[in-house]
Amino acid sequence: MFSIISALVENKPGVLFRLTNMIRARNFNIDSLSVGPTEHSDLSRITITMDQDEHMINQLVKQMGKLIDIVEITRLDINNTVYRELALIKVKIKGREERTEIINLTNIFRGKIIDISKNSIMIEITGTKDKIDAFIGLIKEYNIVEMARTGITALARGVKSE
Amino acid sequence: MELSGAKAFIKSLEAEGVNIVFGMPGGANLPLYDELYSSNIRHILVRHEQSAAHMADGYARVKGKAGVCFATSGPGATNLVTGIGTAYMDSSPIVAVTGQVPRAMIGKDAFQECDIIGICTSITKYCFQPYSAKEIPETVKKAFYLAESGRPAPVLIDLPKDVQQEIADVEFPELVKIRGYKPLIDPDLDQVKNAIELLLNAERPIIMAGGGVNISGAFHELQILAEMLMIPVATTFKGKGAFPEMHPLALGPIGMHGHAEANKLITEADVLLAIGSRFSDRSVGRFDEFGKGMKIIHIDIDPAEIGKNKQVDIPIIGDVKASLRAIIKMLPNVIKKDNTLWLKRVKEVKEYYKDYIKDYPRDVTAKKALKKLREVLPAESIVTTEVGQCQMWASLHFDVIRPGTFFSSTGLGTMGFGFPASIGAKAAKPDVPVVDVAGDGSFNMTENSLAVSVLEELPVIVFLMNNASLGMVAQWQRMFYSRRMIGIDLKKMPDFVKLAEAYGAQGINAESMQEIENGIRTALKSNLTTVINIPIDPEENVLPFVAPGTGLNDMILSA
Repeated sequence: MFSIISALVENKPGVLFRLTNMIRARNFNIDSLSVGPTEHSDLSRITITMDQDEHMINQLVKQMGKLIDIVEITRLDINNTVYRELALIKVKIKGREERTEIINLTNIFRGKIIDISKNSIMIEITGTKDKIDAFIGLIKEYNIVEMARTGITALARGVKSE
Repeated sequence: MELSGAKAFIKSLEAEGVNIVFGMPGGANLPLYDELYSSNIRHILVRHEQSAAHMADGYARVKGKAGVCFATSGPGATNLVTGIGTAYMDSSPIVAVTGQVPRAMIGKDAFQECDIIGICTSITKYCFQPYSAKEIPETVKKAFYLAESGRPAPVLIDLPKDVQQEIADVEFPELVKIRGYKPLIDPDLDQVKNAIELLLNAERPIIMAGGGVNISGAFHELQILAEMLMIPVATTFKGKGAFPEMHPLALGPIGMHGHAEANKLITEADVLLAIGSRFSDRSVGRFDEFGKGMKIIHIDIDPAEIGKNKQVDIPIIGDVKASLRAIIKMLPNVIKKDNTLWLKRVKEVKEYYKDYIKDYPRDVTAKKALKKLREVLPAESIVTTEVGQCQMWASLHFDVIRPGTFFSSTGLGTMGFGFPASIGAKAAKPDVPVVDVAGDGSFNMTENSLAVSVLEELPVIVFLMNNASLGMVAQWQRMFYSRRMIGIDLKKMPDFVKLAEAYGAQGINAESMQEIENGIRTALKSNLTTVINIPIDPEENVLPFVAPGTGLNDMILSA
């Protein structure tokens, strides 16, 4: 099942290597991984998504828990979590008509046009994986030149009671 | 305190109580060696870094404290890798210290540079590379803490040469904290209660004691629990000797070359108490077949071992000793439990398999040789093994009397481990005899440690069962590859008696049972490094045999 694992890790060199090395060595198959700074300068957050059976997900969480540089690890409750991904999509356009169609589609998905030239257009879209997949499914009919996705980042809703 | 990084490092080792280091110097760790010169720490010069790691490992297993090995950068560091991997698979604490090229040269493909942290990350608990002399004392403290606590494991410290030379104002911390590391020691008492209920209601309970019992030193607790509940005790190979093998409740090791009675009875049990074991394929055979219809209680210090290979009913996460104590403490005062039927069955199976395998028809066989070794060797002696047939024969035919005196490379299965490990064991416990149960192929791999054993006055006995071949491979070729024998014939090369003598050790040829007995006695009495060369017929197999990919019930009992 689709799962999101969120980890607070030491912000220092080699941490991502240790994690990805373990994932490779133990033959886990993950879907996405994103890393970024947190409100604490000495901690980073790593978010991993994985669509595997329960046993594999549990094992990944436990093996991650063994890594010394991982300070805290949580398997997020999908129903109580906000998760987003960002995608940048560059599309080649033939004429005005196509441009208008793409802009309309982007607006429907609440995306943004962030670069435009005579024969190309770049779209920024954020949302869940499904939303982005759906948007890409539609935009595929045009000529996608390049695309970059960040992978999912996520946070649990509300504030943990102390 | 104004100190060089190297001095700070050696002082930190002294503060950890280190008094022996196994290693070899080279360009990138010379500053460290220069400080070792003025330290009381004993340095054991090895002839190959692999052996340094195995010696530190053997030392650690006997001492229950981290063993330390030194190597220079590049090839020195890569030579350690097999030894570090061996220790990792067997959860043995070593602190491996490698020299590294100066900071400014890192990443430039400098002479004798290698990314040893990249190489060792999968086979260590952690790798450190202090980038200033100031960081050294804290690094060393953390390294020992990580190596020795929780599930023990190797830790690597990679020291750039200029960090060793740098002078800095350093402080020595009393305590270190690692916020991402919290080993669990005490078990959850609710699970302990559940486990007790299951054990008390079991009709055919069995204990499977793994390496965790040895590491935790929970011999006493294991014996008390087994005797209180009258539960028969099988071990894994790594757990061999965790329970005295002459004890009436002892079944011996299970597994690929386990005792037939242990393999048989474990498949008949209704409740299994697995203690400090990781359900390795070599122990349990097929994961899906093992434990069918059985309730399993699993005690382990490593939460990731729970459910890794085998789903269990009651997990108890904690130190083995603490967990067994908790179980014993919570047992009811009066145990109304009748195991009579089960114990009768145990006796019956033991009896049935007593002479289940016909002795190989020779005057001298591996089995007879090992029985003789057991007969002559004092109970407190330490035994290490090489890897292959010699190792599995030792598992089958050498009964461990005193718990915690038997050590082998059980996880990685490293040929060449036993001899250097025996030297490390001797360094840890100089007062007891130490024997390496060896085969010719395996001993050949690290035999140059004879120089170390002789020169450093760490005498051990190499009990060499010499079948002039890579015996286990040969056995597989005979049994699974239609006797298409290739790459196994060592052609009686070298002459091990002459080899021993060339190193200044004692070499004894023992071709009869009487000569074997005399050889062991001579070695024990002389207290000299001794190689006892015992010719064994190359066709003698290790039996029984659970073929890979089959279940414990499918034992092959004859060739």
